[in-house]
Amino acid sequence: MKRFFAFVKKEFLHIFRDRRTLIILFGIPIVQLLLFGYALTNEVRNVKVVVADYAHDEKSREIIGRLQASPWFQLVGTADNPNQYESILRSGKAKEIVVIEHGFAQKLVHDGKGKIQLIADASEPNTAQLIINYTTAIINGAPPASLIEVKTRMLYNENMKEAYNFIPGLMAMILMLISAMMTAITITREKEMGTMEILLASPLKPIQIILGKVTPYMILSLINAIIIVGVGTNLFGVPIKGSLFLLMFEVMLFIFLALSLGILISTVATNQMAAMAISGFGLMLPTILLSGFIFPIKNMPIPLQIISNLMPPRWFIEINRMVMLKGADITLVWKQTLILMVMSAVFILISMKKFKIRLE
Amino acid sequence: MIKIENLKKSYSTTVALDDVSLEVKRGELFGLIGPDGAGKSTLMRILMSLLLPDSGTATLNGFDVTKQHKEVRHVTGYMPGRFSLYPDLTVEENMDFFATVFGTTVKANYDMVKDIYQQIEPFKTRCAGKLSGGMKQKLALSCALIHKPLVLILDEPTTGVDAVSRKEFWEMLKNLKAQGITIVVSTPYMDEASLCDRIALIQQGKIFSVDTPQQMAADFAEDLWAIRSPKLYPTAQKLHDLPEMISVNSFGQELHLVTPKGVYSAKEISDFLTDKSETEIQIQPTEATIEDVFMLFMTQHHTTQP
Repeated sequence: MKRFFAFVKKEFLHIFRDRRTLIILFGIPIVQLLLFGYALTNEVRNVKVVVADYAHDEKSREIIGRLQASPWFQLVGTADNPNQYESILRSGKAKEIVVIEHGFAQKLVHDGKGKIQLIADASEPNTAQLIINYTTAIINGAPPASLIEVKTRMLYNENMKEAYNFIPGLMAMILMLISAMMTAITITREKEMGTMEILLASPLKPIQIILGKVTPYMILSLINAIIIVGVGTNLFGVPIKGSLFLLMFEVMLFIFLALSLGILISTVATNQMAAMAISGFGLMLPTILLSGFIFPIKNMPIPLQIISNLMPPRWFIEINRMVMLKGADITLVWKQTLILMVMSAVFILISMKKFKIRLE
Repeated sequence: MIKIENLKKSYSTTVALDDVSLEVKRGELFGLIGPDGAGKSTLMRILMSLLLPDSGTATLNGFDVTKQHKEVRHVTGYMPGRFSLYPDLTVEENMDFFATVFGTTVKANYDMVKDIYQQIEPFKTRCAGKLSGGMKQKLALSCALIHKPLVLILDEPTTGVDAVSRKEFWEMLKNLKAQGITIVVSTPYMDEASLCDRIALIQQGKIFSVDTPQQMAADFAEDLWAIRSPKLYPTAQKLHDLPEMISVNSFGQELHLVTPKGVYSAKEISDFLTDKSETEIQIQPTEATIEDVFMLFMTQHHTTQP
């Protein structure tokens, strides 16, 4: 036990004396949080809109007023001729044109139906889709109810807040980065510096070396997870509908899994560069691309969907979303939890087997 | 104390150790002498149970190094060829860490390392990476000694260390030997060979002879001449044309010429050089040192190898 504590103390000294490690440990998570939170957002704000109002009645003015009042739209001009539409969109003066037909209010009253055409610049299809959705929502919100309402509700994330999506995913990504990559690097560093030779030549057991190296990163990862959850709930308003205890248990499980992956990588990589490359390409890319963090798994081609099943973050993100956003308890996430447990057990077993008590 | 029998080890295509047998007695200061790549480090790592031999056996204090690695690691202190402590930890932190790893404390075994550690203790709050080469070696030795090992295995401990520190280091080894510790040390420096009790000459994975340095020098079988000349290099060049010449090497202010036993006299060599218009030549037979032995050994075994 004394040996273990001496090892952990030594490891903390390494971490706190190396500015680069500290930056990776705490700088990157914070930068990523802020980037995802404020910069890399899919939400649309201040979309430039041109209105072509051929009705000029109280109904059309009401709709225009609503658009103007919304934080998402910014009226930048008007058009009175269909020939202008294309040049407006092409020049980028506006992203959307709202066309209100002649006699709109009257038709609404007499036929119970008024027509509004939305023309959007779909050179960025996702944005265009969002803009159209927003506009439809705003127009539909206008009385009277005689307008045929197509109301869609986005359950669990009514306002389609990005934070709801990225906080669970970001947590997986950051924990993967810190736990797996940093463990892989720190163990290979000992190999590279030759200190592993001395550690091996000592009576330390492999398990003592590994636990000693890994424990500090486990603690730091947990602190990071708490920071992310804290920022997520306080700054971005992501709720934790389920039990915080369950969430933290799952977080610990995932950290354990990531650490065992890191150890596994370190048994394969001979130097820090290799460890970095393997964790970068082997872990970070799948975590970002194949876990459902950014691209929905259901939209992937079948082979990729199958591969995504093998990605630990996929299950962790799923658990996270269920616990945080839906308030799921263990009876709803036991399957994913079990998968993570089995995966960690496999990784640990392989790395224990591969960890060499000798050189070469 | 250490018994090595028919040890073989090769890495893919290169043979690192070729049928090596050796015995090191308890309390001996044993030197492994050979050029880089001769197989010294491989042999030491096998002794430390850090590498497995392809075949052959080695025991250390009666423990089989392939099967009883735990016992072996308990009774040995090891200094790898490269400085292998934590450069970002201080002298004191390194010491404490290694003491704890070996299940002891610096305090408990202070008497063991006192002589050496005292020299670096004034710098105990300095990071190990910022120490000078000599101090690094002292720290590494202290760390290797902190658990009172029976055997010390030191892989080229004085490489890259200044002359004064090297001398001090060998003084320390002598003191440790006096305390009954068996020491196996490898070195590429010939002058250090003469400080060992016994040495083994190793080249290309083979051990060529094992003896005391004095005996090895005394067994020098050829004629050895010390030659002084105003310009050493041109003279050496000309000596290469001497028909039966074995080797010419410069030793400080002199040239050492090796010729087969009884073939030339001093006069004949002197005449040969005078013919080649060399002047002010002084030539006399001299006693071989361990360095001459090794140079001859290197020349002979280098030419016989492809």
